[in-house]
Amino acid sequence: MAKFYENEKSETNKKSDLRIKAIENGTVIDHIPCGQAFNVLKIMGINENFKKTVSFVMNAVGSRGGKDVVKIEGMELTEKQVAAISLIAPNATVNIIRDYNVISKTQIKTPNEIHGIIKCINPNCITNSKEPIQTSFKVESESYDESILRCKYCDSIISDDIVKHLF
Amino acid sequence: MKLNHMLSTKDFSRKQIDSILSLAEKFEPVALREKRCNILDGKILSLLFFEPSTRTKMSFETAMLRLGGKVIDMGSIETSSVMKGESLADTVRVVSSYADSIVLRHPKEGAAFMASEFSTVPIINAGDGAGHHPTQTLLDLHTIRRESKLDGLTITLAGDLKYGRTVHSLCYALSHYNARINLASPPELVLPDRIIQDLKNRGIKVTKFDTLENAVKDSDVLYMTRIQRERFPDPAEYNKVSKEMRVTLKLLENCKPDMKVMHPLPRVDEIEPEVDKTPHACYFKQAFYGIPVRMAVLVMAMEEKYGKVL
Ligand SMILES: [Zn+2]
Repeated sequence: MAKFYENEKSETNKKSDLRIKAIENGTVIDHIPCGQAFNVLKIMGINENFKKTVSFVMNAVGSRGGKDVVKIEGMELTEKQVAAISLIAPNATVNIIRDYNVISKTQIKTPNEIHGIIKCINPNCITNSKEPIQTSFKVESESYDESILRCKYCDSIISDDIVKHLF
Repeated sequence: MKLNHMLSTKDFSRKQIDSILSLAEKFEPVALREKRCNILDGKILSLLFFEPSTRTKMSFETAMLRLGGKVIDMGSIETSSVMKGESLADTVRVVSSYADSIVLRHPKEGAAFMASEFSTVPIINAGDGAGHHPTQTLLDLHTIRRESKLDGLTITLAGDLKYGRTVHSLCYALSHYNARINLASPPELVLPDRIIQDLKNRGIKVTKFDTLENAVKDSDVLYMTRIQRERFPDPAEYNKVSKEMRVTLKLLENCKPDMKVMHPLPRVDEIEPEVDKTPHACYFKQAFYGIPVRMAVLVMAMEEKYGKVL
């Protein structure tokens, strides 16, 4: 009877929960810093060819100030996508929705290292040549906004527009 | 088993640097041919040079041979597997099954770190692009230690401070020794702010000077670097800069009598030949110190009981 209880609870709860309920199956990414919603969509590979429902709220007023929210029907995040999102939205939460229910709600955690998602900014880095290796970055600091990445191979630093360096 | 790679001096502690330099000093009589030593008898060192650097290569070969070891290399790049498109990773995997240690020179940054991930023997980085060249840094430190003093040193870094990786690595290493660093360079080639900031965060006093004369006045060491002609599209501008950044007998009149002039060589116009005869000239000795320092590094890579300091 857990399902019934969940439903009943959300009916009487805050509006944001009602918005989550609007999805049948998919993902809601909440607490994205203002302005980063487009980048989150980019990380998820959503473009004009994506056929299912995508909705997002920008500059919503949340409990912790302004935020963006992204909701995508029929798609769940891969581990790599979560890692990439964590770099631009370290405080985001990921809600997985199935059958209109929030079946899991996780606070994104920025990993200490990022492998294979980001391309090194240095054209002369060994990771940008034909070698059988993945890129690898240490995540040096995280703020509410963006992280600083240091290439483990060449020491180059990527500090802004991280999304630009996605593979 | 942990291998004693030598990839960069950046993360070395003062204690680690001091142990390497002490070991280098012990090898000086061997490098000077006053003593014989065959501690590396039976060992094979492979030299993988993916770009020419004759001096560095000869210096590693000399160090290895004088310690009783043998050297193999890949011949000219044109005839090697590299030209057939083999990856560095594969080359390293294969060669590490032949040799006891690999010295790697490669044009790409991070090549040595990558090699260390594929090698089953210690990798010694002999320069990776604009990245690290740890034995150069160690030999610079060793020269300062032997010919001047490391503790409480005042050093002037002059010439191309923007692109010169030698100078960058040296700065970080000197921050362990409370050095005072004076900078003299053309405005186009100043030390990057990021490095100056790092040094200041480490409590190092860094001062910029507008002329070489003013910078060297209180210095114990003047470290000159080469300014590449290619950095200046206008030849007149290059000529002006190279004249200002030149060590002359006149410049030396106003410096401390025991100031040492260092240069990673080869020099072009940065030091006039008359300076060679003065007691200030230290650059040929510096080149010599490359041998005992590389001996120490090789022994630490290949002889377990010496490897512990790393
Ligand atoms: Zn890199």
